[in-house]
Formats: sequence, structure tokens, C-alpha cells
Amino acid sequence: MAEKLLSKNWHRENSWTIASARAAGVYKQWEKHLKGEGRKPQEIIDAVKASGLRGMGGAGFSTGMKWSFLPKDNPKPRYLVINADEGEPGTFKDRYIMERDPHMFIEGCMLSCYAINSHTCYVYLRGEFDLAYTRLEAAIQEAYAAGLLGKNILGSGFDLDIHTHRGAGAYICGEETGLIESLEGKKGQPRLKPPFPAVVGVFACPTIVNNVETVAHVPHILERGPEAWKALGVNGAAGTKLYGISGHVERPGIYELPMGTKLKDLIELAGGVRDGKKLKAVIPGGASCPILRADEIDVPMDFDGIKKAGTMLGTACATVMNEDTCMVRALWRLLKFYAHESCGQCTPCREGTHWLEKMLWRIENGEGRQADLDIIDEIATNIMGNTICALGDAAAFPTKSYFAKFKDEFVEHVKTGKCKFPKHPIAPPKQPVVIGG
Amino acid sequence: MSSLRQYEQKTPTNLQFTPESLAEIAKHRKKYPDRGAALLPTLYVAQAQFGFISPEVMALVAKTLDLPETRVREVATWYTMFHKKPIGRYNVQVCSNISCHLCGADALVEALKTHLGIKVGETTKDGKFTLSEVECLASCGSAPCMQVNMTYHEHLTAEKAIQILKNLP
Repeated sequence: MAEKLLSKNWHRENSWTIASARAAGVYKQWEKHLKGEGRKPQEIIDAVKASGLRGMGGAGFSTGMKWSFLPKDNPKPRYLVINADEGEPGTFKDRYIMERDPHMFIEGCMLSCYAINSHTCYVYLRGEFDLAYTRLEAAIQEAYAAGLLGKNILGSGFDLDIHTHRGAGAYICGEETGLIESLEGKKGQPRLKPPFPAVVGVFACPTIVNNVETVAHVPHILERGPEAWKALGVNGAAGTKLYGISGHVERPGIYELPMGTKLKDLIELAGGVRDGKKLKAVIPGGASCPILRADEIDVPMDFDGIKKAGTMLGTACATVMNEDTCMVRALWRLLKFYAHESCGQCTPCREGTHWLEKMLWRIENGEGRQADLDIIDEIATNIMGNTICALGDAAAFPTKSYFAKFKDEFVEHVKTGKCKFPKHPIAPPKQPVVIGG
Repeated sequence: MSSLRQYEQKTPTNLQFTPESLAEIAKHRKKYPDRGAALLPTLYVAQAQFGFISPEVMALVAKTLDLPETRVREVATWYTMFHKKPIGRYNVQVCSNISCHLCGADALVEALKTHLGIKVGETTKDGKFTLSEVECLASCGSAPCMQVNMTYHEHLTAEKAIQILKNLP
């Protein structure tokens, strides 16, 4: 079994308390760095760069590189903002980090702040995450009480405050500039870039926005050294990764595996497709990724490897569909989501997602027209690249790929005027969800 | 900003925050260098006290944070977790997005509709339950799932979900 870093404490009793976290070695790196026995801030940035750590929220941008974009001569305060607005359909990894090991995540925030010389960190949690919020808030208070946060921490002269900020049910606030707007108490409508948040972010100050899983890796990179951490990956990728798998598999859950593990191995590890059904398709990393057919799953699940299959890693939480799945209905459900979550700012996305939703609903319910088939792809093309943020693209990618790869199904729906697939029965997994693999 | 504010239509309000709510709001304000950033947390405090965010509550929030009422209104109406009208004591939110959809969320919603005798978006006559369909709750591995008020219920079957609702006081 592969070595675990982020999920290694998840099975400990009361793993979310500081006593349990301390016993598992959390905060050792933080104390070491405050005592001046660790790396200097610039050395941390270099180590993170060398490790090959990339943004785990989906973009996959080099974390060390992102940190180095902060302007050196700006006198304003710098902020670290953690994107814990996990909302990509099919994705459920950050939630478990915050619920099961909030202290490891907090230590990641601390060391990241130290590296970029930030004294305030905001964790933007999605509003629905009540258990994660409660445990994280309690963990932050425990860290203050233990003298690990606050002013002049452990006599080091370094000040740091970590605050939680709850969202209120908007997917678009997971987009970094939408998140910043929301953190400022506004509608979460994304900003035009440039300027990038590293230059003008929250409260018009230089800001780094990182995903929960990304910063949780930082203590491990510093503890092991960037080379050793990097070597944990396979197929040319770096480190470990929290993979999720849901849908029609025997043992859905979160599996921590070497980055670069193949999609087919992940499905196998999750027990394969359940109830003796055949595999039809897989969304590799959240609703926004182009879909893969059953014959396309022999691909490494890392940012570069999966690109060769014409899709993206996204959040690396795969959704598995069996042979009974109607692709029209599945795509309609996703478009309903994008239409609902479009922030309303850009016309192509605001209007286009609703058009697509309505057309797919018609097709699924036997009222599809030949004309619908002719313009689905065209609408998606006209959304793509014509909006401020990536939500428009996120709606267009699946539309184009489902339509291209399963075109027969769309045509048959229109021709026969009905959907031949059964509705999915209520089928929770027979075994409890696997947490941490 | 003040020049704009003189043209603003003010919603009359006799509502008051309790001292506990005010203390909570003060705590949130300290976290940010800008009072506007405390708007979302303050709306949560207001919702906890008043049950939902009416135009009068928006006016109170605006007054408390010294923000234009329009700003509070555009934010409160933009986010789905702020209720603009009264809802039932228990807000039954069933996820119907992709992973839950594959594991039978549609049938689960139908079962709950029949059990409660209401459509999605409605509240039972006794004011106990509101049924809603929501987007991905990040409980995909344990689908299908629902969130009743703030509590997650996972690995649901129709029987299990109905029993959970029956057990609520």
C-alpha cells in the first residue's frame, strides 16, 4: 500500500483535537521554523517550487511559482486566502481534511503564511460545511490557546491570525476572484484578470489563494525535503494525492495514492463497477471535465498525464457511470447546475447555460427537435472563451464531449421521441464510504 | 458614498438585534479591515435571530454595519443560503447533482414528496418541513444524501430518509 501523508491520521480517535494531532506529530515543523531551526521563508518557497507541488483545486498551477508572483516592493499587508469552497460536483476531499485533521491543515496555512510573509489568513468555507466549520473553528481556537497563533508566536516575533469566513451557497465563489469578492462582502462575481490576486487581491492588497489540499501538503514537503516528497508520485508526477471516487462503484470514497495513479487502477481499487454492470463512462475530476469512455481509462491521473486523453485532472474526484446511465439525462443534470450557478455577469454563460438546459430537457423528455441537435455544439462553442471566468468553459467542456462521444444517444432520443434508459434506483453503497483508502 | 445615500429609499424598521447577536457581529467585524466584509457573517447572525431575511432585516443589517441598504439587498438576494421568506422548522435539502443522481436522488425526492405531501420548494401546512433540491453537497462518496438544517444524512434509502424525518421533534 502506498504511503499516506494527508490522510494518515484520519482513523485516530478524536483525530480533530489538538491532543491527537500533537501526538501524531502535527505542529513540529511550525515550532521548528519559529525557533529559526527550519528553512528561511525564501527557502520554503524554493523547496515548494522544487517539490513540484501544484494547485490541488483543479488548476494545477505550480504553488511555489504562484507564491513568487507577490510583488516584493508593495508596502501593503499580504493575505493568504484558503479556498475551502469545495463545490465542484463529484468532489468531496477537502471536506474530509477539515473534518478529520484540521490541525494538519492549519499547520499548512501557518507555514505558507510564514513563507510569503503574511500575517492574516482567511479560510473561505462553503456555507453548507457545518461539521468542517465547527471542527476547524474549534481547532483554530485550540491553536491560539496553545500559543501557536496570535502575536509574537513562541517569542519568534512572527504574528499570525487565522480567520474562518463562511460562504452562503454559491458555486462561483470557488473561483478565486469570485471568492475574493465574496470575502469582501459582495456578490461573488469574478473579476477580470489582470490584475491577478497576487498583485491586487482581497481589500486591494496582494493575495495568494490556495486550495485546502495544496497547503496541507506543505508541512510534509518541509519535513521530508522536496525531493523525497516528489518521489512519492508515479508515472512522472509528484507527491501523493487525495483521489475521490463516487457513482456506480462498489467502494466509493477517498483514496490517498501516489499522484499519477492510473484511473483504471483507482476504479479497480474501489471494487470496480457494482452489481455486475458494465462501465460506460467516467468523469475524471468533477463535473467540468470532459468525459472519458470506458475504453479511455488507462490514463495516469495527474495534471499532465491526463491531458493526453483530452480531458483534465480537475479535482481528481472521479464519477463512475454504468451502462444504464442515460448520457442526455446526465448532461442535462450538469447543465441545470451550471445554469443555476452562473453568476449572471456575462451573457454567453448566463443565457447559453439556460438554453442548453432547456434543450437537453426537451430531448430527454421526447420533445427534442432536429434543430436542437444542430446547435448544441454551436452554443457550447460560443460560450467557450467568451466569459470573464471559467464557469462558461466548465459548462461547455462536458457539453461538447458528451455530445461528441455519445452522439448516437442524443440522435436516438430525438428520433424515437423517448429515453430508453431506466431511472436509477435508490442505491447507496452497500459498504460504508472508504475514508483515506 | 453619503451623497448617494441621501437618495436611497429607506425601509422603516422597528427590528432590533439582541445583545447576543450584537456581540457576535462585533466579533466578526474585528476579523476584517473593512466593515463591508462583515456583511455575510452579519446576515447569518440576522437569519439565526429572525429566521429569514426580510426587507426589514436587510434594513437593520444596513443600519448596523453602516452600509447602503442597496448593497445589503443585492448581496442577501444573490446567495441561496439566505432565505428571503419564512421556511419550515426543518429545511430538508436533497442533493440531486451527478453522484447522488446516479445513486437514485430523483427517486429519493419523489419518495419525500409523497411522504410530506408537498412539492419541491414548498412547506408543509404545519410549518414543520420545507423540501428543497440542492446542488452538490460534497457527499458524493456517501450518496444519496440530504442536509436537514445543517446536519448531513448520508447513504440514504427512502425508508431511512423518511424515518429520519419522522424522528424529528
